[in-house]
Amino acid sequence: MRVGDFKESYAADEAVFRTSTARFWLGVFLVALAVFPFVAGDYLLYMANLTGVAIVAAVGLNILTGAAGQISLGHAAFVGIGAYTSAILVTRLGLPFLLCLPLSGLAAAFFGVIVGAPSMRMKGLYLCIATLAAQVIFEFIFVHWVPVTGGIRGINVPAATVFGLQLDTEFKFYFVTIPIVILVVTAARNLFRTRVGRAFIAIRDRDISAELMGINLFQYKLYAFATSSFFAGVAGCLNVFLLKVVTPEHFPLHESVRYLAMIIVGGLGSVLGSIFGAIFMTMVPEALQSLLNLFQGLDPAVMEYLFPLQTVIFGLLIVVFLVFEPQGLAEIWRRVKDYFRLWPFEH
Amino acid sequence: MDILGQLLVSGIAVGGVYALIALGFVIIYKATSIINFATGEFMMIGAYLLYTFMVMTGLPAIPAFLLVMAGAALLGMLVERAILRHMLGQPTISIVMVTIGLSSILMGLAELIWSTGFKNFPPLFPRAPIIVGDIIIRSNLFWGFVIAMAAVIVFALIFKYAKVGVAMRATADDQMAAFSMGINVRNIFTLAWSLGAIAAALGGVIIGNIGGIQPTLGHIGLTIFPVVILGGLDSIGGAVIGGFIVGIVENVAGGYLDPIVGGGVKAIAPFVVLVLILLFRPYGLFGKEDIERL
Amino acid sequence: MLNHFRARSKTTPGRSGGQAKTASIQTPLASVKLPITSAFNVKQQRHASRQDRFVGGGKFRLMNILSVENLSLSFGGLAALTDITFQVRAGEIFSIIGPNGAGKTSILNCIGGFYKPQQGRITLDGKDVTKTSPDRRAAMGLARTFQNIALFRGMTVLDNIKLGAHARLKTSLLQALLYWGPAHAEEMALREDVEKDVIDFLEIEPIRKLPVGALAYGLQKRVELARALAMRPKVLLMDEPVAGMNAEETEDMARFVLDIKEERGGTIVLIEHDMDVIMDISDRVMVLNFGHKIAEGTPEEIQHHPEVIKAYLGEKKN
Repeated sequence: MRVGDFKESYAADEAVFRTSTARFWLGVFLVALAVFPFVAGDYLLYMANLTGVAIVAAVGLNILTGAAGQISLGHAAFVGIGAYTSAILVTRLGLPFLLCLPLSGLAAAFFGVIVGAPSMRMKGLYLCIATLAAQVIFEFIFVHWVPVTGGIRGINVPAATVFGLQLDTEFKFYFVTIPIVILVVTAARNLFRTRVGRAFIAIRDRDISAELMGINLFQYKLYAFATSSFFAGVAGCLNVFLLKVVTPEHFPLHESVRYLAMIIVGGLGSVLGSIFGAIFMTMVPEALQSLLNLFQGLDPAVMEYLFPLQTVIFGLLIVVFLVFEPQGLAEIWRRVKDYFRLWPFEH
Repeated sequence: MDILGQLLVSGIAVGGVYALIALGFVIIYKATSIINFATGEFMMIGAYLLYTFMVMTGLPAIPAFLLVMAGAALLGMLVERAILRHMLGQPTISIVMVTIGLSSILMGLAELIWSTGFKNFPPLFPRAPIIVGDIIIRSNLFWGFVIAMAAVIVFALIFKYAKVGVAMRATADDQMAAFSMGINVRNIFTLAWSLGAIAAALGGVIIGNIGGIQPTLGHIGLTIFPVVILGGLDSIGGAVIGGFIVGIVENVAGGYLDPIVGGGVKAIAPFVVLVLILLFRPYGLFGKEDIERL
Repeated sequence: MLNHFRARSKTTPGRSGGQAKTASIQTPLASVKLPITSAFNVKQQRHASRQDRFVGGGKFRLMNILSVENLSLSFGGLAALTDITFQVRAGEIFSIIGPNGAGKTSILNCIGGFYKPQQGRITLDGKDVTKTSPDRRAAMGLARTFQNIALFRGMTVLDNIKLGAHARLKTSLLQALLYWGPAHAEEMALREDVEKDVIDFLEIEPIRKLPVGALAYGLQKRVELARALAMRPKVLLMDEPVAGMNAEETEDMARFVLDIKEERGGTIVLIEHDMDVIMDISDRVMVLNFGHKIAEGTPEEIQHHPEVIKAYLGEKKN
């Protein structure tokens, strides 16, 4: 068990990685991240990149829904806004990838503020329903505003270019995805070390008291929505340069539900939970596909069941985790860590 | 002018059905304060159940109908007991997210059981369309409207006068007081979910009869959100009026704008209405504004 | 009257047990003295406290830090408060008592900005705040504890307390996302400030990293007080701070309230039902009944006031 762990300054007490053990394992993890692309094949790298995109989006949603308590059913639409913005910027204006990233984020944040602002003066689930409306309306715009979005066929996008280097392989793209993910995760974690993050949680837990403590509810809900949408937009930009195409079918309502599943399974309000949930929910469809592949010998039509099975499993995961483990995988992780920290004692 | 008249009448007719489905939502919200995101899926299950009973097992219409209502009640009871009971005391957003998960489960299950193909209903009503002047109303739309309105009236009467209806309103108002008065609040919750599921399922049967069934039928259920926001989340009368308004707006907007935009206006017109309502009158036409106590 | 709670100082914690208490409001008949002159009535009190002069220096300032004038509040047809007027002087403990339903919490809610009164004016530190939003009033130095504990369950004790200081801090959204730089500096300064000023004062060091849900009721109330103090408030509104506490917890809380006034110069508006506490630590007391103010004065004056006795006990039948 951990002994001799005492802090001599408040700064040391407030650090995110507080023990040398934690810092050691963080170092190991970062090294593993750096080594991974050299040992993994293309498929795994593709999955890693896809997971990275999911992490960025999930972290954003967790800030809004997990921490600030405002359910969003439109997260996929904001990812889509980011994706389409990037696609338009790169194909029409020839802007470089690194500029598309923040601009997509800002575009998504802008629409997030417009969508959210009217409902934020109200308590309860009106914001949730407004995000549902946003999801439906933006889906419609993606499909029907053909001159701008390319309609059902979407927009094809060339590979990203960073400082003259073309990111046309999964390997190269990985080295862009990982730093962005690290930046986003750090920024989100930083929020909760300051009054802004605390204000979000206060709004979720007891908004009347939060207001009486001096927190302007409207302002901070808007912050949460803007930040969440910004991250969604960044995820969208990454997504479009990863897939080299953007079409409306990537951003339907059930994708918003998938993001919700990520943060519920991973752990609401926890940045680490967003990471766990994103990894988990990106792996589930793949695992399912592999499983069904096993049965394909018996019945070729079995692949038809892939999509509905996925839908059922997403829903089941949401319900099961909310009923039995509402704090998600992050909580399970914490219990495991505690076990090792306290062993051989129980408390 | 004819076209407008036609659109208005069709709008009212389908609006009546929306009112019924919205009623399924409002009953649950009124009694339990839960926003049921799976209302559309309840609706879809109702349609599929009727298809199963009539087409797959060949039952005549009326017993099939009754079985559908029983099946829906069972579904509502199951959801309440197996899932929502465990969530008592949890924050509302968790419970709402459970209904979101539930909608996913039901939609996937429907696809697994009945597969994705589009299915046609057997004819339930006499074929002849109803003609009023220059306006033609399809028979299944007309009869569907009649049944929907009858159901709405029955539910409204139950809520207002029957003992269980009063008990539900009492529970919605103040659970603790209802407990003290000897009302079995748990049973009330179960009843509310069953009634809500029945209303939604009936609506689903009617819609399925009009347009055919597929697992995405549940998406029509999303339209009830504009309806209930317009009418006020906890108002039965509001659900009815909201249903009519949304039905009319949908049809009129679709009729006039579809040619310009290339289709799909019908699906988003209600949501544009929703956005406008949230901007100007968020508690809807008849909803109650919450007074919070500290 | 034995100052039961005043007798204990911070350096000698521990029970004072065994000291006899004098007559409290529960046995007023023993202490009712038929007044020869007219009882200290409300009008005189109002005249006396209209002394808005600030007597510079010294322990007792006569400046009114909070002023409530002609406050009326009704819900639909139900009148919760009718024409309430009172002033609270800087540095005093002003208590509001009355039977249940008298409107005490409603007054605090109006002062805090949570309820909007139909009529009346509220002045905080010289500024009219009647139309100011609740969060702005908090930023101006108005803190509050609640009857039912309103701690934020998703956070630890330390985070809850830090949240109390929200209005004093300056970190913006962008600075927060970046953290290193101004946000970090502000957070470290805040932590030190909160530790020295609040956690040490309320003796809650051992529990600061615990989630608030894990705490006993009495400790939760203390954390709530800590959170309010982190705001460095000018006026602290306390709604039944010792409700549901045993004798030892009550003594501790009363001691803390006194310390806030005496060591930190804070002003406290206090609602309580525990008459021992009220009579012991209050400087002045106001009595409400059915939304009307029926008396105001020092604890001794209130105890002998006929209207107050009537409200609590009913009239004596002949």
